[in-house]
Amino acid sequence: MAAPIIELDDVSVTFREGGRTVDAVRHVSLNVQPGEIFGIVGFSGAGKSTLVRTVNLLERPTGGRVVIDGQDVTQLRGRQLRELRKSIGFVFQGFNLIGNVTVGANIDFALRAGGVPKERRRARTRELLDLVGLGQKADSYPSSLSGGQQQRVSIARALANEPRILLCDEATSALDVETTEEILALLRRINRELGITIVFITHQLEVAQRLFDRVAVMEHGEVIEQGTTFDVFAEPTHETTKALAERFLGVAVPRQLLPELPAGRLIELRYRGDAAFEPIISTVAQHHAVAVNVLHGTIEYFGTRPVGTLVVLVTATQPGQDGARAVDEALDDLAGRVLGFRELTSRTADGIGLEVDEVLEQEVTA
Amino acid sequence: MNGTVEILREHLGQALWDTFVMVGIATVVGVVLGTALALVLYLTETRLFTPNRVVNAVVGFVVNAIRSLPFLILLVVLIPLIALLIGDPYTPTGGAIALSIAAVPFFARIAQSAFAEVDPGLLEAAIATGAPLRQVIARAIFPQALPSFIRGVVLTVISLIGYSAMVGTIGAGGIGDLAIQYGYNRYETGVLVAIVVLLVVLVQAIQWIGDRLAARVTH
Repeated sequence: MAAPIIELDDVSVTFREGGRTVDAVRHVSLNVQPGEIFGIVGFSGAGKSTLVRTVNLLERPTGGRVVIDGQDVTQLRGRQLRELRKSIGFVFQGFNLIGNVTVGANIDFALRAGGVPKERRRARTRELLDLVGLGQKADSYPSSLSGGQQQRVSIARALANEPRILLCDEATSALDVETTEEILALLRRINRELGITIVFITHQLEVAQRLFDRVAVMEHGEVIEQGTTFDVFAEPTHETTKALAERFLGVAVPRQLLPELPAGRLIELRYRGDAAFEPIISTVAQHHAVAVNVLHGTIEYFGTRPVGTLVVLVTATQPGQDGARAVDEALDDLAGRVLGFRELTSRTADGIGLEVDEVLEQEVTA
Repeated sequence: MNGTVEILREHLGQALWDTFVMVGIATVVGVVLGTALALVLYLTETRLFTPNRVVNAVVGFVVNAIRSLPFLILLVVLIPLIALLIGDPYTPTGGAIALSIAAVPFFARIAQSAFAEVDPGLLEAAIATGAPLRQVIARAIFPQALPSFIRGVVLTVISLIGYSAMVGTIGAGGIGDLAIQYGYNRYETGVLVAIVVLLVVLVQAIQWIGDRLAARVTH
């Protein structure tokens, strides 16, 4: 593996708020490789925003080291700090454009900061706006643009001084679904064509799924899990990651269907979509004298790799003790063949509706 | 009635000029030094810049101390100081000095709140480009604060016109002086009425111009 472009080494951020000390980031270590899109996900308040701000020292760590391109930058100040910041673009959730000056002047601001001579700034502004598809908007004011267009401007501004790193703090969280898609496509293009390393923080799993090569999950200021996006969400090990994945991958069985279900055990299965799955169900059904009914299923892609979710109802084909034992054995067998196995309920038909709802409810609020 | 016209014809021009000079000087001094103080207050209270509790508290205390004196009292207190500086305090120059000293902390608080209104996210974005502080102030904070800033200048000018009348009462000239000397002391009600009308029109006009300017720089 190449030398990391960003290395956070045991980084902590503590600040005093009122009389209390808040540990926003606790002993986080992670590496970002050149050219990758690295994501940090977590529920709000997990410390993601604070962590990403340590990379360009908008937030100075109270402990640990920030190493960019092999250089320890933790203590940089003044001119050297400004030089560092020029090589790191930053895109915010709220766009944060200067509202009372034109779009062109917003880009010009960054170019001026980068020491680009006046006679070149005009052409470069135009070039950057073209890159984000807003070539005609240099003389418009930000308030006359849509949210997606404003975010494009702020991306253009972040790219003004040809940074090697682009930091995005919830950059799509204020946008609607279609606009989010456009911005993600733009970021992917920037990553591939310009080779810019992206660190993107979000609570939106659908963004993580579409964009990230690797991901770190944060909770209470700590990184609790990291790896490739597929591995982290297909096989989460930490409770919070599971809750996040569930919120995203979990399927809801239509409520009106539930009271009509026959007695049986309702199971949610998670499996790698590239593994041939169909035979498993039929194999289990054949070997154990049970019926397996598929009630619901989805497949989500992480990059090009699919993760499937199925909700199945397993019922006995014989009455009494024998039937119950057969179901138990079938479930053990099934659990051994999939990535994730979760029993939604084992109650009879009448109770199922409420029970399943409660299970899903808990997952969502977890 | 003829007396009124006579008095106005003879003295109004000079009185208006004196008021203009006093208010003009005080406004310029107030805006320049007030903005400087406001920047000190703002930069020392904002986490993203150079938080410094001691400097902030000291400057804030001085500003509040001057602001806590009613202008008439400040004026009386300043008379010996002005006498020391320019000899005769009962002149438009003397009045301008007193008004300036009142205007600086007045405008400082206005400008400080105009700066404080600027979205901190925008500051982060500006700082994240690697721009030096000067550029962040001049090209990010200032354009955003400009509408409030202009309204603050208008407020200051109007207040100073009011204060300048008080400077007039101690004999430093201006339309306040004219109103007191003729309108009040010599029972020339016509002069008083004319000056009241003039002041109302003047203040309305200044407010109107200020609002137009503020709207023009808001996007």
